[in-house]
Amino acid sequence: MSLLTSLARLRAIDEGVAQPIATVRHCHLSARPMVFIPLKLSGEAAAPLAAMLGTDPAEPRLLAVAQPRNRDLRFAWTADLAGVLLPYVAGFTAETETVERRGADPYERALDAPQLIVPNRAGVAFTRLLGRSTRFRRTDGPFPVPEGVPLLGRWLTYFAERAAYPGSSLMLAATDELARHWASGQSALEDANLAALLAWITDGPDDAAEDPLIWPPAGPATDPGFDAEVLAPAMESGSAERIAEALRTQLEPTWRLVWRAVELLRGLEPGASVAQRWEHDRGSFSGMTAQLAEGAPPQARRDGAVAAAARLSRMERAQAAYEVQRAYDDPLVMAEYRLTGEAFAGEVVDTVPGNTEGEGRSRKLRPLVTVKTDDPVRIPPGTSLGTPERRGQGAELVSAGDGLVTLKITKGMGRGKTPAPGAVPEIGERVCYSSLTDEFQGAAALPEPEATPWTHGGPPRPYEPADEDAREEWS
Amino acid sequence: MNRLDALRGTTPPKPHDARAIAALAANPGCTRRALMDGAGIDKDAVARHLGFPAPFGQSPFAITRGNAFEALVKADGCAELIRMLRELLGLPIDEVAYHDVENVGAHLRHTHTRALIDRAARGEGVGTVYDHPLFTLGIAGHTAYLEPDVVAFQLGGRFHIVEIKSFAVVDGQADPAAVAAAARQAAVYVLALRTLLEELGHDPLRVADDVVLVCPENFANRPVATLVDVRRQLAVLRRQLSRMTSLDRLLDALPEDVTFDLAPDADGRPARPVAELADAVRRAEARYAPDCLSTCDLCFFCRDEARQEGASDLLGRAVRDELGGVASVREALALADGSRAPAQGQEEIARLLRGAERLRRECLA
Repeated sequence: MSLLTSLARLRAIDEGVAQPIATVRHCHLSARPMVFIPLKLSGEAAAPLAAMLGTDPAEPRLLAVAQPRNRDLRFAWTADLAGVLLPYVAGFTAETETVERRGADPYERALDAPQLIVPNRAGVAFTRLLGRSTRFRRTDGPFPVPEGVPLLGRWLTYFAERAAYPGSSLMLAATDELARHWASGQSALEDANLAALLAWITDGPDDAAEDPLIWPPAGPATDPGFDAEVLAPAMESGSAERIAEALRTQLEPTWRLVWRAVELLRGLEPGASVAQRWEHDRGSFSGMTAQLAEGAPPQARRDGAVAAAARLSRMERAQAAYEVQRAYDDPLVMAEYRLTGEAFAGEVVDTVPGNTEGEGRSRKLRPLVTVKTDDPVRIPPGTSLGTPERRGQGAELVSAGDGLVTLKITKGMGRGKTPAPGAVPEIGERVCYSSLTDEFQGAAALPEPEATPWTHGGPPRPYEPADEDAREEWS
Repeated sequence: MNRLDALRGTTPPKPHDARAIAALAANPGCTRRALMDGAGIDKDAVARHLGFPAPFGQSPFAITRGNAFEALVKADGCAELIRMLRELLGLPIDEVAYHDVENVGAHLRHTHTRALIDRAARGEGVGTVYDHPLFTLGIAGHTAYLEPDVVAFQLGGRFHIVEIKSFAVVDGQADPAAVAAAARQAAVYVLALRTLLEELGHDPLRVADDVVLVCPENFANRPVATLVDVRRQLAVLRRQLSRMTSLDRLLDALPEDVTFDLAPDADGRPARPVAELADAVRRAEARYAPDCLSTCDLCFFCRDEARQEGASDLLGRAVRDELGGVASVREALALADGSRAPAQGQEEIARLLRGAERLRRECLA
C-alpha cells in the first residue's frame, strides 16, 4: 500500500465515507456479465452447496444441491451449473474478427468475451477448486458424470487462472475491484467483506455488515450459525425445497450487493488502456475456445518446469505493463510515482523546439523542454521518460534541480526539420513525465518442454488421461 | 490469594490450547491478552458479556468432518497413520505400541505423559504412538497446560509431533494460511515436548523440528502425510516467549482492585455489571491490530476501543508502518494539511504526508 492510499484511508475514517483512489475505472465491465455466487459445504475442500447466478439483476437463478451429503446429487448440481454457464460462454464464440499478425498466420478473435463476477477472492479460489475437481471426469466409463461437467471444469479452471493474470477482466472479484478504486476507513483484511466495503463506499460504515443475520457472508463459506440452526435441520428433514429456500436467504443479499458493486464501477469512466487489455482477454478467450475445439487435454494438475517458468514470465510482464498503464491512464495513480520521485508534473516554462543533435545526415530533432514542478524529482540524468499526454513520444532527462527539470524529446519527433504542430508542449502547458515506461520486454528464453534440463526434473511426462483421474473419489 | 487468581475471581479457569499460545506469540505486545491468558480467563465469555461476542464459530459440518477424518487416521491403533509414517520417514517400523494417555484421570495425565516420555527417551520399548498427551509450557512466568489433539510418535528415542488437520491438500498444495497456522501450532507442541525432555535430563533435540502434517488428499477422505519444517516458527515462538514481559511486571502496573471476574450467579451466568467489567478490561492496555480479528476473542471490543480513540492501528500494520509511528488518525491528518507542526522526529513523515495531501487535492480537484 502506498502512502497516498494510507492517507485516503485516514481521510475515510475522518469523514466516515470511503475516498476515491482512482479517477477512472481500471477494469473492463461487460454489458452482460455473469454474476456467480457459489456456496460450499463447510469443512469440505470443494463440495458445492448452492450458487446464485445470472446476467440479469432481476432474474437470479438459484441452483441448490438437493442433499449436500450425497455426492451423486453434487454431480447433478455441477451438470445444472454447466447447463447455465456453458451456453453463456458459447454465446461469445460465434462472432469473431480476423487479426493479422506479422510473421504468423492470422487468427480469429472473438468480438466480445464472457465475464464472470464473483463476490470475493475466496469465490475465485473455490471456482478454481471446482474446476479442478470436475475437469478430469469423463462422461463414459466406470464412473460417468453428466454431459457438460468435464467441459465446465475446464472453463472454470480457465477463468480462475485468468483471474490471477494482472489486468485481465475475464473473471473479477467484486471486493478486489472496489478496493482498487476506493479506500475505506478499515483494514485491507476487513475490505474482504463485500457488505462492509460497500457500506463504506455508499452510506458509510455499518456494523450490520458483520452481522451474519443481516448480511450473510458473501461465500463460499457459510455462516456457522446458519449451518447449525438452519441448514443442518433442513438437511435432516430431507426436503430439497426447504434446503433450497434456506440457501436462498443466504445468497439473495449478496446477489444485490454484487450488482450494486457492478453499478458503482460502471459509474466510472473506463481508463484509456482498458479496451486494449480487454482485447488481450478476447484473444485469450478465443485461444481457449480453439484449444477445446482441437481436442486438447484438460489443463495439467501442475505445470511442468518450462510451462511454469513461461507462465511466471508472462504474468510478470503483464503485471509491469498493467502498472504502467494504470499510472498513464489515471493521474491519481501517477501521483503515487510523483510522491516517490519517479514522476513529476508541472508547467512548461521554456522550450527549444528546434534543438538538434548530430550533423549532416545524422542530424536529429531533439526539442528541449523545461518544466517547473513542486514534485521531489529523484530521476538521474539520462533516464528515459514517457508522458501520458503524448504516449507515442519518448524523452530523456537532461537535468533536474531547484524545482526545474529540463528534458529532451528523443522519440516520436518524425524526420522533419521542424516539429509538427503540437508535438512539443507549449509554454504554459501542464505536463507530466515519468521514468515508468511501457517498454517492450521480450519473452524469457526458455527451452522446449522436451528439452527440460535434469536440474528441473527432465522433460515432463505428457499428460495422458488416466482412469484414475476420472474416478477420483469425491467424499 | 494469588494475584492472577484474583484477576479471574470466581469464574472457573479455561485451559490454554496451542492455538491460543500461537496467537499470543503473534501479538506479544498486548498486555490485556497476556494477563487474561495468564490468569486462564475465558475471553470468549468476557467478550460475550461485554456485548462484543467474538466472530468465530465452527460449523457443525466442519466439526463432523474434522472428527471423522481424525477417527479415520487413528482407527485400529493408528494403523493408517503408522503406514504413512513408515513411507514418509523411511523407517523400519515393524511394531508400534499405542498409548492413549487419556485413559488415565485428568489430574494424572501430565505425570503419566512425563513417565511415558521418560521411559521412551531411555530407550525402553520400541516405537510408540502417544495419543492425547498432556504437556506444559511456561508462558510469561506461568505454567500453561496443553492438551493437544495430537499424537507424538517415538521410534528409537527420536520423537515426531504429528498434527492431524482436515483441510485438503489438492495436487500437493494446500491453503497457505491453513498450513501456516498448523505449523505455528505444531511448533508450540515441539517446544513443549522439548522442554519436557530437557526437564527429564534428556537431549531436547531428540524432538524433530519437522512435524508430520496429516491432511485429506484432494477431494477424498484419504489421508496424506507431509513433513513440515517448523524451525522458523520455533525460533519466533521462543523469541516471543522469552521477550514477553513477565506477568509480574504487568500485574504491578495494574491497580490492586482490578479484576476481570464475571461474578457468575448460581446458574453460572455472568452477573457482573457490564460497564464495570468494561472499565476493568480497559485498565489493561491492549494493542489492537486487524490480525486480532482472526485470532482473539476480544477483537471486537478492542477494535471498538481503537475506533473511539481514533487510532491508526485500525488500518493495519502496513499503514501504521507507513505513517512512521504516527498513532492517531487526527494527528496524521493534521500533519498532512499542515495544521499541526511536526514534533521532533516527525519532520520526514510530515513532509511526505503534506506531499501526499497536495497531490490528492490536485488530482481530485
